[in-house]
Amino acid sequence: MTGSSTDYRPGAYREAAARSLRDTPAVRESVGSATRTFDSLRASAYADVDSERWRDWARDVKGHALTHLDEYLEEAERSLVENGVHVHWAASAADVHRVIADVVSAHGIRTVVKSKSMLSEELEVNAHLESLGVRPVETDLGEYIIQLLDEPPSHIVGPAIHRSLEDCRALFHERLGTPLDAEPDELAAAAREALREDFLAADLGISGGNFLAADTGTVALIENEGNIRLTTSVPRVHIALVGIEKVVPRFEDLAGLLQLTARAATGQPIGLFVSLIQGPRAEAEVDGPEEVHVVLVDNGRTALFEDDVAWEALRCVRCGACLNICPVYRQTGGHAYGWTYSGPIGAIISPGLLGLDRALPLPHASSLCGACADVCPVRIPIPELLIHWRERTVEEGRNPAGERFGMKAYASLAERPGAFSAAGGTLRWTPWRAAGRVLPVLNGWVQERNAPVPSPRSFRDLWREGIE
Amino acid sequence: MKVALFVTCLGDHFFADACADAVRLLRHVGAEVSFPPDQTCCGQPAYNSGHRPEALRMMRHTMQVFAAAEYVVLPSGSCAGMMRSLYTELADSDEERAAVEDLAARTYELSEFLVSIAGVEHLGEGLSEHRVAYHHGCHALRELGVSDEPVTLLRSCGAEVIEWSADRECCGFGGTFSAKLPEVSAAMADHKLDTLPEVDFVTSADGGCLLQLSGRAGRRELPVPFRHLASLLWQGVVGTDASGGTS
Repeated sequence: MTGSSTDYRPGAYREAAARSLRDTPAVRESVGSATRTFDSLRASAYADVDSERWRDWARDVKGHALTHLDEYLEEAERSLVENGVHVHWAASAADVHRVIADVVSAHGIRTVVKSKSMLSEELEVNAHLESLGVRPVETDLGEYIIQLLDEPPSHIVGPAIHRSLEDCRALFHERLGTPLDAEPDELAAAAREALREDFLAADLGISGGNFLAADTGTVALIENEGNIRLTTSVPRVHIALVGIEKVVPRFEDLAGLLQLTARAATGQPIGLFVSLIQGPRAEAEVDGPEEVHVVLVDNGRTALFEDDVAWEALRCVRCGACLNICPVYRQTGGHAYGWTYSGPIGAIISPGLLGLDRALPLPHASSLCGACADVCPVRIPIPELLIHWRERTVEEGRNPAGERFGMKAYASLAERPGAFSAAGGTLRWTPWRAAGRVLPVLNGWVQERNAPVPSPRSFRDLWREGIE
Repeated sequence: MKVALFVTCLGDHFFADACADAVRLLRHVGAEVSFPPDQTCCGQPAYNSGHRPEALRMMRHTMQVFAAAEYVVLPSGSCAGMMRSLYTELADSDEERAAVEDLAARTYELSEFLVSIAGVEHLGEGLSEHRVAYHHGCHALRELGVSDEPVTLLRSCGAEVIEWSADRECCGFGGTFSAKLPEVSAAMADHKLDTLPEVDFVTSADGGCLLQLSGRAGRRELPVPFRHLASLLWQGVVGTDASGGTS
């Protein structure tokens, strides 16, 4: 079993996807079967409630919070401070790293337990911890697996979705000594046993945050394994990394949002565990950390918010529903996308957070089928945003010159019907293989498919002669 | 019913026989069919690949060509979707938006027109004992909301429309996507082909999808018989594959 792919960046998408399809067909099988299962569970869970209304409501709540972001973030800060939480504002990953380094050095931290957080992946927290001489331990089972494999997550909710049960059996056999034919329950039990030691040894727990209620200063987290509960309550110190777009106005909003997120993600009515964190252990309490830090992370979000069209992507609740239904994502899983966020949502937030130059060609990694928009719990118009980023690509002159000139010529032809029809006639008799050398579009087509067979005569000709 | 037929770029050159069958079907249900000769491209390839100014030019040309039509009918779900759902994104004045909405209200994909406007309930017997798989093109399905119409029409010709787990999953065409990211696009087509039950015909209201699926099946030497929906429905009326079209 090998570690992460060699060229992990969005710019290598085409090569990485092709390599994955060619060299690791089992990835396509694992990802395809898991996403189809997730999606069918989602469909049943949506059908059990008036999901259309829920989704309208969730879109409005998140949209309202985003358009009043300053107000709610300030309110959240006041509430958090009142609850005894240390609040930090982080403009960039470097700011987050500094907060973590300060906590690590103030408390002499050696081991950190982490619950699954895509934001911590985005901020490369594990590499930072290691650079401080601290051992980070991922406690979500999927994250635990990929940490052992030294791979990045390939899915927002199921980070090890690209790995088969057989892969996990082999890995656990090698690392934890379980039998080669161990059942999934035995594998989970072995991980739980190993992790229990780490929970007890760790002085710092790092989590993300699904939502942050401004009025009560509550960080809300959903999960199914109980590892978030332990991460945020057993170690002496807890740091929650929360993207600024996660703030919602009221504690009451959490009820609907937590349920809708679970339905969208895994088809559950709600996660098996919901943690609502409102500060450190109070005097009369027996559990909980002595110190809680909430880091409010921007890292490109304000810039994305300023884009009149693309800002809608910030409503995302990271449920992964768009990945599960995406026929493009299903072929490769997330690694091909070369960054933390993959699938349709990755293709529209990466250009905002990384910059379009680094994110290309991800906005093109879609057939614009629109399935993602059918399922998004907060109704992000993903296909429209993909087109928006494609338009920005053209405006900034980042697409191939041949395509630019070709499209202009095509539009000019389309305004001159006689010429258009004549040109079409020529195309019908183009030898695609030969022409592919000059026209990359044809080349891309014939690489994987037979060239289309033109009709013997155009419809225009048939019409002229008369259709019986 | 006066119908202006918009055959689309692919229709004109790769599905000419299917477009002729669309004319036959429309006449069969009592429509008077015209073919405005100045029609070119709806602008979808430009719009989808981010070339907005070019898409706008093609939209304006198309709107001019079909300005006077009572109905515009297309044997293509995705071009109909472009005209009905996406032109409004391109319009840049209230006046233009009003004209776009006016055109959208007169624009139909073929099977949709046959069922909703022509009121067809029964076409013929020509597909009895034929097993047919219907591929739902994404834009017909989502931009137009066309899903029952083609199936109803096929059944009305006696066809057995069989269950296909991937019938609503994208074929991987996606216009320029198919050429920009051919490996992933082909894998998407493979999923469709690999889940396809044994059938007499695979059909769809979209020529682009059929080119993708048949091109990939051809490369893999899979003997899958593809027909454009218009041709298969006309076969349903007359009982034989009259046009002899391969697609």
